[in-house]
Amino acid sequence: MFRTALRNVSAHKARLLMTVLAVMLGVAFVSGTLVFTNSLSGALQNQSAKGFDHVDVAVTAQWKEAEGDRVGEYPELTRELVDESAAVPGAARAIGTVQGFTAIAGKDGKLIGDGFQSQGGNYWGDKDPRYPLTDGRAPKGEGEILIDSETAKRAGYKVGDTVRMSVDGPVLEPVITGVFTTDDGNVAAGGSLTLFDTASAQKLFGKPGTFDEIAVKAKAGVSDTELRAQLEKALPSDVVETTTGTELADDQAEAIAASMSGLKQGLLVFAGISLFVGTFIIANTFTMLVAQRTKELALMRAVGASRRQVTRSVLIEAFVVGAVAAVAGLVAGVGIGAGLRSLMGALDAPMPDGPLVISSGTVGSAFAVGILVTMLAAWLPGRRAAKIPPVAAMSALHAQATTKSLVLRNTLGALFSAAGVAVVLAATTMDGSDGQAPMGLGAVLLIIGVFILTPLLSRPLIAAAGPVLRVFGVSGKLARQNSVRNPRRTAATASALMIGLTLITGMTVMAGSLQKSIDKMAASAIKADYMVSMANGHPLSPDVEKKLKGAGDVTATSPMRNADARIDGETEYLTGVNGATFGDLTDFPVVQGSFEIGGTRVVVDEDVAKSYGWKAGSAFTVAYGDGEKQKLTVSGVYEANELMRGIMIDTATLDPHESEPADMMVMVKTADGTSDAVKDSLEKALGSNPAIRVQDKQDLSNEVAKMFTLILNMVYGLLAMAVIVAVIGVINTLAMSVFERSQEIGMLRAIGLDRKGVKRMVRLESLVISLFGGVLGLGLGVFFGWAAGELVGARMATYELVLPWQRMGIFLLLAAVVGVLAALWPARRAARLNMLQAIKAE
Amino acid sequence: MTTASLADRTTAVAARATELSKIYGQGETQVVALDRVSIAFQQAELTAIMGPSGSGKSTLMHCVAGLDSFSSGSVRIGETELGSLKDKQLTRLRRDKIGFIFQAFNLLPTLSALENITLPMDIAGRKPDKQWLDTVIRMVGLSDRLSHRPSQLSGGQQQRVAVARALASRPDIIFGDEPTGNLDSRSGAEVLGFLRNSVRELGQTVVMVTHDPVAAAYADRVVFLADGRIVDEVYGPTADLVLDRMRNLPGGNPQTPEFDAKGRTS
Repeated sequence: MFRTALRNVSAHKARLLMTVLAVMLGVAFVSGTLVFTNSLSGALQNQSAKGFDHVDVAVTAQWKEAEGDRVGEYPELTRELVDESAAVPGAARAIGTVQGFTAIAGKDGKLIGDGFQSQGGNYWGDKDPRYPLTDGRAPKGEGEILIDSETAKRAGYKVGDTVRMSVDGPVLEPVITGVFTTDDGNVAAGGSLTLFDTASAQKLFGKPGTFDEIAVKAKAGVSDTELRAQLEKALPSDVVETTTGTELADDQAEAIAASMSGLKQGLLVFAGISLFVGTFIIANTFTMLVAQRTKELALMRAVGASRRQVTRSVLIEAFVVGAVAAVAGLVAGVGIGAGLRSLMGALDAPMPDGPLVISSGTVGSAFAVGILVTMLAAWLPGRRAAKIPPVAAMSALHAQATTKSLVLRNTLGALFSAAGVAVVLAATTMDGSDGQAPMGLGAVLLIIGVFILTPLLSRPLIAAAGPVLRVFGVSGKLARQNSVRNPRRTAATASALMIGLTLITGMTVMAGSLQKSIDKMAASAIKADYMVSMANGHPLSPDVEKKLKGAGDVTATSPMRNADARIDGETEYLTGVNGATFGDLTDFPVVQGSFEIGGTRVVVDEDVAKSYGWKAGSAFTVAYGDGEKQKLTVSGVYEANELMRGIMIDTATLDPHESEPADMMVMVKTADGTSDAVKDSLEKALGSNPAIRVQDKQDLSNEVAKMFTLILNMVYGLLAMAVIVAVIGVINTLAMSVFERSQEIGMLRAIGLDRKGVKRMVRLESLVISLFGGVLGLGLGVFFGWAAGELVGARMATYELVLPWQRMGIFLLLAAVVGVLAALWPARRAARLNMLQAIKAE
Repeated sequence: MTTASLADRTTAVAARATELSKIYGQGETQVVALDRVSIAFQQAELTAIMGPSGSGKSTLMHCVAGLDSFSSGSVRIGETELGSLKDKQLTRLRRDKIGFIFQAFNLLPTLSALENITLPMDIAGRKPDKQWLDTVIRMVGLSDRLSHRPSQLSGGQQQRVAVARALASRPDIIFGDEPTGNLDSRSGAEVLGFLRNSVRELGQTVVMVTHDPVAAAYADRVVFLADGRIVDEVYGPTADLVLDRMRNLPGGNPQTPEFDAKGRTS
């Protein structure tokens, strides 16, 4: 008796541990996702945040709307306005600020940080209160700069060093005269900030004599609104706008929130999915646990416990298990969240930097999932157990798992899936952004539907694996039958893997397809060997093209010069290109007429032609930025792509009307095509400028692809979590199954199945379940990838679905590895079962 | 399957235990389950092993059938000595030379009746002998139930499937552990009838552990165990005779055989 009791306790210990583990994993999955996503969005948010400590009221130029043939513009904020602002009675001081892109090279000659994070500004006077100096003195003239302390530390620069930098093209080599500290969020997030004296900054940023903003600080005792009223009275109201610092901060918070909302939503969907999966694992485990204890509960009933007492005892146990597991899960989740980030860092995946964010929401969800879900999951089967008449439960030799009808479940699942597929399909026919919301809704519906339907799907899908399993003889046959024996359990086990693989496959398919289409676009439309542009996407100085023209081996160049113009009272963008060489550099499919640019002859893309009702040969009048008008003729209509579109005109025609020509890009064709040597010589011709990028077609499409890489990396991180959860889920299910079927296994051993055969049987069952989840996930993922591609690709002529077979193969292999790993322990346990113990009926 | 056994089946020995002992625990808590038992099971004979609770009858069967290890002595199945065999060889021996019928959990619920019957051959990767299979199936009267799952069969039918499975691979010897313990008397009688027929008509060797004097009466020979020793033996028994002998055993309690069956399981 003692031995039996002891064995019971140890069996319970294992079962209890398993339950705690399952709950813990559910919680860890949820809290890990939340920590990861919160930290990520926090870091992204910080990146664009700016301090407003030094601004009580900001004076900015007021946009003057386009009118008639005049293009819209900002009036200039002059030095006089700064002085007038400083002169109002409530103002303590007024600082005119100038900002712009400033690329600064590290000691290796490479740009520090990403292009868009490299900022420049002006240092006001001898002592700018915004930027306290930690070392050195204020800069004077173009030859002197200040850099922020973070950048100084990162690049190893100190006062007195000469650095290579660039603002709009030419390379400068100023001396660092000082280092300052700043609360600028961009710097905190890994960007750089370079300061010049005000005059140099204005000159370099192409705004001589004007400012971007006037930051006015109030005297002590003067409120923001008071100061604002004074400023509005003193300054010309048709030129400036005033905003208080508080408003600025609010506006900024709003703007950041708006720009983050898409990402946040995406991350929330992940968190929701993780919650869903976590809940399911917990519910599943507890159902099994209580079902196994039916006899014990019935015994309690037999010796006089009321139904309520039985239910309550189950609930108390669930509460304790839930609380313990929630704490452990939260800790594990934080660890997973932190680990994921450093893993991403180690793998060189681009991730914004920032502190680990553990919000109260994360802690709250951890406990809600851990305790509430566990108790709920225990309550339903506990109630069912309490309802069983004591005698019936006691006398039942071994409680057969009740196979409740799946009809209701299947109907529900079918409805959900059908609705999901219908909504997704409908969304693919919509236009880009309109289709996003329905697409997301459809995807959620379909995932839930398939999730509900997994038990039904398990039979045909696993049956399809029959021929392969037959190779393994009896073990394979039994494994197949065991895996469909309890479809609900198999489904629940496979679902964690399914969801993980759905996400990852969908994203991979879409990213791969987009990459391919961008590659194709670059390959088909661009004949130029190199594209030269600024690292931050700002315009290049026209000098750049001149320098490139003179470089050795260059056979043709053309700028892509942007200019505003008015046509029929609408603002339209003209792209100035070199009409003589453009045909050598690009190859656009021509829909109508001929691709001929020169003089007053221009080409337009299909969209433009359609909106104005133009055909080849149509004539129209354009009003340039300087107000002059000219009659132009459409020589041809071409098919636009993501890289280039709009009205293309010869620079010779355009230039006389532009005071500040802005080249977005310069295309270069060389005699030798692309090679490292050619690239080097082009870079040298530009003075090895850190601000200018020389890219070939592949570089260009890689850069476009970079934006999905970030998302893809995040999804891979989440997949890693889903895989861990899946492994434990499979172990759990198999251990339960082995426990339940110990008599069968004993019988099999007795009639001659050896240990190897038993092990193989359990392993194959595990493999079948994992691959089942994997195949479902791949299928769903491909469908979502296709659908999302249809949505995005509708706007891209060259979009084409690319199935990443190799990656998909790897994912499936991963699912198989999960299966094999998860089976290690349960298979050993099954093989070591004592035959006699197993055969003897209890 | 030596030439000797072919020449004279009635006298050949299918399995033999010599000075077989099984001891659990050590020192104070030591329990002697089998105490130097020597017994031979003749070919083409139905032997019943009887005895009160804790007499060691199940342990004897488990040791002879290669399901359990023993402390000392020797066990032979045909020409094979079990004591020196590793788990793998034992498993193979059970698969190829021995058939089993248990009290319950005899069948895999996921397999059809026919698949359950051919399971030992499937495990061995052998094709069943079609003609022999038909003979066995006809004998146990399952021809129209072959595609059914165990859950669709009655308890008696399930046990008939188990008998057919044990017979199908033509083992040297079949062991039954309370084969009728979970059946009503009519189904039990059917199953016992099949076992006896298999011995009489097919020359099969069967050894079964039972507590039921009526079941034992089907046997050619009844062996009585008490306290781990063989204490008595009867050839050509009747139920009354068996009951009478049981009453005289040390610790025997033939009035309440049901308790014996249910209570003594672990």
